[in-house]
Amino acid sequence: MRGEATRIGDGINRVDGRAKVTGQAKYAAEFEAEGLLHGWVVSSGVAKGKIATLDTSAALAVEGVVHVLTHENRPRLAWFDKSYRDEDAPAGSPFRPLYDDAIVYSGQPVALVVATTLEIARHAASLVRVTYKTEEHETDLAARREKARKARPGKGGYEPPPKPRGNADEALAKAAVKVDAAYESPAEHHNPMEMHATTVVHEPDGALTIYDKTQGVTNTQTYVSNVFGLKPDQVRVISPFVGGAFGSGLRPQYQVFLAVMAAQVLKRSVRVTLTRQQMFTFGYRPATWQRVALGATAEGKLEAVVHEAIGETSRFEDYVEVVVNWSGLLYQCDNARYDYKVAELDVYTPLDMRAPGAVLGLYALESAMDELSYALHMDPLALRLANYTERDQNTDKPFSSKELRACYAQGAARFGWEKRLPTPRAMREGNKLVGWGMATGIWEAMQQKAAARAVLSIDGKLVVGSGTSDIGTGTYTAMTQIAASILGLPIADVTFKLGDTTLPPAPLQGGSWTVASVGTAVKAVCEAVREQVFKLAKKMKGSPLAQASLDEVIFAGGEVRLARDPAQAVSIAAAMRAGEAFTLEEETSTLPQLQEQAKYTRATHSAVFVEVKVDEDLGKVEVTRVVSAIAGGRIVSAKTARSQILGAVVWGIGMALEEETLMDHDLGRFMNHNLAEYHVPVNADVRDIEVIFVPEEDEVVNPLGAKGLGEIGIVGVAAAIANAVFHATGKRVRDLPITLDKLL
Amino acid sequence: MKISFKVNGAARELDAPPLQRLLDALRLVLGLTGTKEGCAEGECGACTVLLDGEPVNACLVPVGQCQGREITTVEGLGAAGHLSPLQRCFIDHGGAQCGICTPGVLISAEHLLRRNPDPDDDAIREALAGNLCRCTGYQRIIESVRAAAVLRRADARDVGDPRDVGDARGARDVSHDRQEAP
Ligand code: FES
Ligand code: FES
Repeated sequence: MRGEATRIGDGINRVDGRAKVTGQAKYAAEFEAEGLLHGWVVSSGVAKGKIATLDTSAALAVEGVVHVLTHENRPRLAWFDKSYRDEDAPAGSPFRPLYDDAIVYSGQPVALVVATTLEIARHAASLVRVTYKTEEHETDLAARREKARKARPGKGGYEPPPKPRGNADEALAKAAVKVDAAYESPAEHHNPMEMHATTVVHEPDGALTIYDKTQGVTNTQTYVSNVFGLKPDQVRVISPFVGGAFGSGLRPQYQVFLAVMAAQVLKRSVRVTLTRQQMFTFGYRPATWQRVALGATAEGKLEAVVHEAIGETSRFEDYVEVVVNWSGLLYQCDNARYDYKVAELDVYTPLDMRAPGAVLGLYALESAMDELSYALHMDPLALRLANYTERDQNTDKPFSSKELRACYAQGAARFGWEKRLPTPRAMREGNKLVGWGMATGIWEAMQQKAAARAVLSIDGKLVVGSGTSDIGTGTYTAMTQIAASILGLPIADVTFKLGDTTLPPAPLQGGSWTVASVGTAVKAVCEAVREQVFKLAKKMKGSPLAQASLDEVIFAGGEVRLARDPAQAVSIAAAMRAGEAFTLEEETSTLPQLQEQAKYTRATHSAVFVEVKVDEDLGKVEVTRVVSAIAGGRIVSAKTARSQILGAVVWGIGMALEEETLMDHDLGRFMNHNLAEYHVPVNADVRDIEVIFVPEEDEVVNPLGAKGLGEIGIVGVAAAIANAVFHATGKRVRDLPITLDKLL
Repeated sequence: MKISFKVNGAARELDAPPLQRLLDALRLVLGLTGTKEGCAEGECGACTVLLDGEPVNACLVPVGQCQGREITTVEGLGAAGHLSPLQRCFIDHGGAQCGICTPGVLISAEHLLRRNPDPDDDAIREALAGNLCRCTGYQRIIESVRAAAVLRRADARDVGDPRDVGDARGARDVSHDRQEAP
């Protein structure tokens, strides 16, 4: 690509690819510091109660152990809950590590052993003796469902269920055809391949430089400053590379707290890395129970939608997510009623995990739609089309754009849906039952406030920065591409910086809003630079652009060219030299056009088509083919976009068939807390996945027209697989994951 | 205990407890952080390195067992300033996303291509069965390895045995990258 300008939408290579394939990309646990100490976390073995005794003497006697931090010797900490609340905190009192003797969940950190080497810290941690006064705990959602209650709102971005419309229960009772079923899904853990880690560098002046695994450096900075009573400018947080997160880095996790506390107490640099087991001791996707009831006319027009959900939460915070709301906005239906509740358990607070809420709600809704299609003897796709809506009836607003029809059409065509035999168990290959299923997906298209800085130097190099993050999604690449396209520069001449609190602030990387938010800021700041360049180019002596206006020129190949006669051009370098500007610098903050956006519902959509083959004797399910057709607005970076969807589809396979964190309710503890027993999809689980991006223009969502792709790829996949399994076997499994024992 | 071994072709000597994990010797003592840790239990493959040419999980190998042996890590793939065919193809075909599994995957794939220059997809899957990736969904990893096999065979015709790539060269500064950490 060197020498050529890049356009938005091109499929360029990941700009950080080289750093990643050579092992040069540095993650939070890989930064060095003078005299670095290593911390090892001691975790509670009980779910509820009080620490009775905590004996650290044996650990302290080990040579090389510097300190053991516990609730008994911790330094003073902030008093009020609000100091512990981070940008993604739900309502309630955030967990405070090592605060007092109370145990509120199994796996809670109770001590941090700090030593000169990792080996010593690990060994000494095994010598810490803790006894507990245990109390009765409750960890079983099924047993606590009756006690579920309305959730307190308060979590950023959470929308409580809309008011009911019409009379759904009456319409349901009268409906010619109806289905009414409960669906269950277990707790799942994010399990990014990189464990959470923080390296805190204690600078000579007492300031802290914190290398953290996070989806938002500002969030960590604010949290650390508030909790430890530091000025934000004494706390610099850096996070250039994140080894996957999927939501696990949205809140500052306890390793950052403990590492900072140790560094503060010891006035030394400290690193704390969690173990894989400890990756199961903070947020996760909550176990959830749902009921969906649908009523329809004999022709398949929806008359009633009832969607109820109960999700688990902790005793101390009300984790909430949007599970049920989607059911009233995806299809045309005049009678809809929703209910969403939480049940308190003695567990840690759940946490947003890829497409939080939607992935569960759509699993239930789209399974129920499939059940309805069989009750109606109607093709599942035809049923969706019969109830297609151009308006969001929840809010009575039009969609800013909605090319879902094109997703259905193109996805079905690519998949060959019309060859589907309607009856279950009708398609087979040898002893394998073949099933085809489909589902719809939806996710919000959001934009947040964000800021960016750009510096163009006379040698034609552009450096743009914003304090966002790249958790593997491709932020570096997409932002580089946006910047390069606006100034007509080759990718190689543009550097994008992120993950540093010294850069202009950006929102948390979540909700699929990074391109929409940070991309808009990058676009705006580069346009400001472009305008400066243009002014200089016009002012040059004898400039061929003297009479031109900005909309009559194009930026390409390091030049400003007259669009109608590209030979009339001024090089950026010459213009800057003539204007005696060695660098041009701009900083901009962009906000969503709230007034305009509020007139519309803004969402990404998808249609997912799945083929499964089920071994009739063994019950083993293979997902042999997936076609995912996405309406996600304008695609900024084609290659990384496709990667996002491919990865998310495989997350859907995991959710449908494998992923489940099993709780031993007697102990109140997750049992399969390792990668051998918590099954994430492996190579052998994945066959043919095709991604289609249908063209979709949208001038409302943001100036780029991009809707975000991080979540939409997983939404609907589990339902499509469950539906395909039913089509193959005639068995409807309503609790995830669909493991072979449930099919035999 | 004093241990001397070769890492990426260069003789290295260190004084380490014999039960120190090879993974920590590489990452913490030698500063070769390219090799990653994803589980510490031999389940994820993020820590895969070649020990005398065979892939092992560095989280399970005590450094004391490495006396006199040869280790290849991701830092030892490719030549100074040049990427190996696998590295090149992982960039071109999107085989790396967050990048944490990538070093281990590259090492496993390197081992595969050294023995089987023309693997089919099942052989690639089999060779990478021990490497978990949470980001890519694997499809693009398979595509990358497939492309690298083609490139290696082409290179082999042009410049001799591709098995030389990545061996017998010491730890080196792989050329700059614009996105390097501050
Ligand atoms: S860290 Fe060695 S296999 Fe996972
Ligand atoms: S690229 Fe992130 S785990 Fe593989």
